[in-house]
Amino acid sequence: MLLNQFLLLAALLFCIGVYGVLVRRNGMLVLMSVELILNSVNINLVAFGALTDDVGGEVFALFTIAVAAAEVGVGLAIVLLMYRNRRSIDLSQADLLKG
Amino acid sequence: MSALLAAVSADSDLFVAQNVFFGIIALLMIGSALKVVTTSNVVHAALWLVLVLGGAAAQFILLGSEFVAVTQVLVYIGAVVVLFLFGVMLTRASMGDDETVAGEKRVMAAVVAGLLLAVMSVALIDTFSDDRVVIDEPQLVGTVADSIFSQYIVPFEAVSVLLLAALIGSIVVARKD
Amino acid sequence: MNLLLLAAEGATSVPLAVSDGANWFLEHAWIVPLLPALSFLVILFFGKRMPRKGAEVGIAAVGLAFLFSVVAGIAWIDHRDNFTLPEESGEHALVIDGSSESVDQIVLAAEETPAEGDHAEEGAAGEAHGEAESPTIAVHSSTTWFHNGDVAFDAGILVDGLSVVLLFVVTLVSLLVHIYSTDYVAGDRRYTHFFAFLSLFTASMLFFVLSDNILQMIVGWELVGVCSWVLIGHWWEEKPNSDAAMKAFLTNRVGDVGLLVGVIILFWAAGHGSFDILTINSNIISGGVSHTALVVAAMSLTTAVMSKSGQFVLHTWLPDAMAGPTPVSALIHAATMVVAGIYMVARLYPVFFEGMQIGGSSINLLATIGAITLVFGGLLAFVQNDIKKVLAYSTISQLGYMAMALGVGAWTAAVFHLFTHAFFKACLFLGAGSASHAVHSFDMKTDMGGLRKWMPHTYRTFVVASLALAGVFPLAGFWSKDEILAGTGGWGLFGGTGGNGAYTFHLVMGTVGAALTGAYMTRVIYLTFFGEFRGHGTPHESGRRIIVPLYILAAFALFAGLFNLPAGFITGNHSSWQERFGHYVEPVAGYFPPISHATPSYSLAIASSLVALAGIGYAYWYYFVKVDRLARATGESLTELPDGFVSKSSVARAGHTLLVEKYYLDHLYTDVIAGTTKGAIARGANWVNQNVIDGTVDLAGRTSVKAGQLTYDKIDQAVVDGTVNGSGRISDALGGIFRRVQTGKVQQYAALLFAGAAILGGILVVVLSL
Repeated sequence: MLLNQFLLLAALLFCIGVYGVLVRRNGMLVLMSVELILNSVNINLVAFGALTDDVGGEVFALFTIAVAAAEVGVGLAIVLLMYRNRRSIDLSQADLLKG
Repeated sequence: MSALLAAVSADSDLFVAQNVFFGIIALLMIGSALKVVTTSNVVHAALWLVLVLGGAAAQFILLGSEFVAVTQVLVYIGAVVVLFLFGVMLTRASMGDDETVAGEKRVMAAVVAGLLLAVMSVALIDTFSDDRVVIDEPQLVGTVADSIFSQYIVPFEAVSVLLLAALIGSIVVARKD
Repeated sequence: MNLLLLAAEGATSVPLAVSDGANWFLEHAWIVPLLPALSFLVILFFGKRMPRKGAEVGIAAVGLAFLFSVVAGIAWIDHRDNFTLPEESGEHALVIDGSSESVDQIVLAAEETPAEGDHAEEGAAGEAHGEAESPTIAVHSSTTWFHNGDVAFDAGILVDGLSVVLLFVVTLVSLLVHIYSTDYVAGDRRYTHFFAFLSLFTASMLFFVLSDNILQMIVGWELVGVCSWVLIGHWWEEKPNSDAAMKAFLTNRVGDVGLLVGVIILFWAAGHGSFDILTINSNIISGGVSHTALVVAAMSLTTAVMSKSGQFVLHTWLPDAMAGPTPVSALIHAATMVVAGIYMVARLYPVFFEGMQIGGSSINLLATIGAITLVFGGLLAFVQNDIKKVLAYSTISQLGYMAMALGVGAWTAAVFHLFTHAFFKACLFLGAGSASHAVHSFDMKTDMGGLRKWMPHTYRTFVVASLALAGVFPLAGFWSKDEILAGTGGWGLFGGTGGNGAYTFHLVMGTVGAALTGAYMTRVIYLTFFGEFRGHGTPHESGRRIIVPLYILAAFALFAGLFNLPAGFITGNHSSWQERFGHYVEPVAGYFPPISHATPSYSLAIASSLVALAGIGYAYWYYFVKVDRLARATGESLTELPDGFVSKSSVARAGHTLLVEKYYLDHLYTDVIAGTTKGAIARGANWVNQNVIDGTVDLAGRTSVKAGQLTYDKIDQAVVDGTVNGSGRISDALGGIFRRVQTGKVQQYAALLFAGAAILGGILVVVLSL
């Protein structure tokens, strides 16, 4: 197998994830898109680990999974808080960063 | 997409079973990923996400990393997606189609994503066009475990602290008081 | 101090009597930081329920730590006396240790702990074992904390003369500060909390000075920073106090980056994968380290010193740190926080010695920063009305002396000055606290004056400490300052050759600094203790718990200089009393560059004393003669001449303003640097947001709409009406544009982020493929 087939698949998934993060207005859907991005990184890590026959790639993929789990936990908590405060998780309404 | 196909067809061993499976799974993943970011039903998006994550697990098996694949299924599909469904429930998003979930900035997002893809594809094809992955035998779980608990013990501890912090953080953020 | 001297005598006469216990004490020096650390926990958890709210635990722990340090000091003197100099035995640095049971080890000298050997063969080998078994004098014991890959992370202690001195100074000053605080902060809202963190502060500093590897040093360094943040902001309810704490913390962060970079460089370049200080130092001395790496490491570490030890341009946090309670200021400025930077340089001296080419040069970064700091800090002290701020700038100036001494290669002089300065500066701070305790203010001009009558004890100790600071013979400051000046080796004019090169510029700055020191201390004494009392109520002398520490410190300020009398000062039978400090403190053996000693010079000592006296004399003439006479004549309470040179000459006035504004450094940091970066980033983002993203489309649309409307209005409406409406609409449109500048929409920001990353990546790809 070519290394590039995995890398390009990961790149494509990454870009789809980016598109999702940018275009979705629902907080939950943005989080899902972030998961796509994280997964594409995992594919890269494992592919490079297989290429160099080094276990480090897998280990770091496992770490990424753990980090992703933490990220989802905190992200959902934030979305819930936002829902509780404004009865909506529409990100286009969350513009308090405006100075 | 075309770059991907070009890369695959450049390979002379195109019809090796692994490559066939790779192609099928990759197409499935890409299709599902596109559905995740385009569907107007939140629950459907979560279910499409399951397909993408499962496909990634299959790719890990192709790459000989069975343990990562199993963890992927357990953690992502078992926990994360369920968490998402709970989130959908708690935020009372409509179960049916909801046309407001997609934003109006599609062109901008597509341009940015396309730009990223172009840059990455060029760089990858330029750099790794000759590298081949040869999987003789799957990576043993024992090897992974040994490595985590010896060489990577410090990152491991750091991740455990991170998980604890995330646990506390999400409780603090989400509790009602 | 008498104890120490006696101990020294006792140790030399009967070495074996102390030897047994002595080595145990050096081996187990980690108990010293452990005691206050435990006391921190005890006070934190149980302090409030104790009869004296936890203060007794802190005092007991620090007192025990002090006793331990004294015994360790005695043990060290004994250890040092039983040690034969490596120069005499020929080889040093790397030896093959064949005499002990571990024959196969080629050890870096210090890794063999001499104490163990002593213990085993005690009695049998007698005196000779020193040179046979302990080729390096430092007592080093460490244990592996954990492994990561091939790198072992050790935790351990390194006890040599330098750390023993620091142990003594830190525990002594801390003990006195503890006792002082029981009176000073009595009845405070967070009394227990205060003592808990005082303990932790002491423990952190002790941990820092005992660390045997640079990683541990970072931990200690940061712990000290955190504790100072807590203690400076002790009364955080008032905004200035919490601001000062934040400022101290953040300014230190700037330097911490330097420390981190320096440590990483040392780990790779000098330690070859080891954090151990002895390994790093030995590698540098034996010459196996790239000079470029050392230069960069030395520069980065200098940044760390600049922030922690308040050297010029990063010193601005130090005067603000006066917002903390006075005992904390004394502890920070005398014994703990600010000397951490100096200690770090002294500990990693080979890095600076080789990196900055101290030997044989005439200028280098560290020495120059020190020289500038000591003069600029001294100048700033003149325009302060807050007594603690004067002392803060004085500390900055004295730290400049130490940094300069290290920079010119006068290692012993620097450490000696650290030692003496700790006593008289602690005395000054505690004295200032005592005075302000009586008048409930720190402002010398509005609330003090004439305190001599009411506070004779505070007055006496304060004057003694001031004279010591000004370097008046024969007080402590004279000896250490003179040694530094001799160490510069500038000109060689007075016969004072430093042996490290001719640092003429630094000699001049040091001498100017001596005059400034004398002058500003005279000013403080006049404003505080002479003239008429300007405050409210009747001041009263402080209680015994404040007075006794003052007297102890004043005694040290009087006599501490005698520890290191210059060579040739005494001849005859007692000549062995000279240079005792240098003899016991200087590291010998392979982990240190050869420390050259300046030849002491009577003419230089006399010249610098005259300069210092001239400074004192001028200030005396100005305040005690002219101001005082005028005050008597007019019957007012004056703090300066109404028509002094500041109000007469415009140049002097400009200089005065510059000093009052503290060289505008704070303005530079907050307004210029922080302000412009913040503004520029925001403006840049806004511009892109507005012009590139929606500006193009929207503007075109809006312009055409506006044009159409304007035409319509002109035809339809009266001219006046149209003008009014038009102007309204234009301002509305402008508002629209400016509102759009900041959407606050996260996804738009994210789009910019990704697009930026993609463009940068694309540029990289293009550049690399070219």
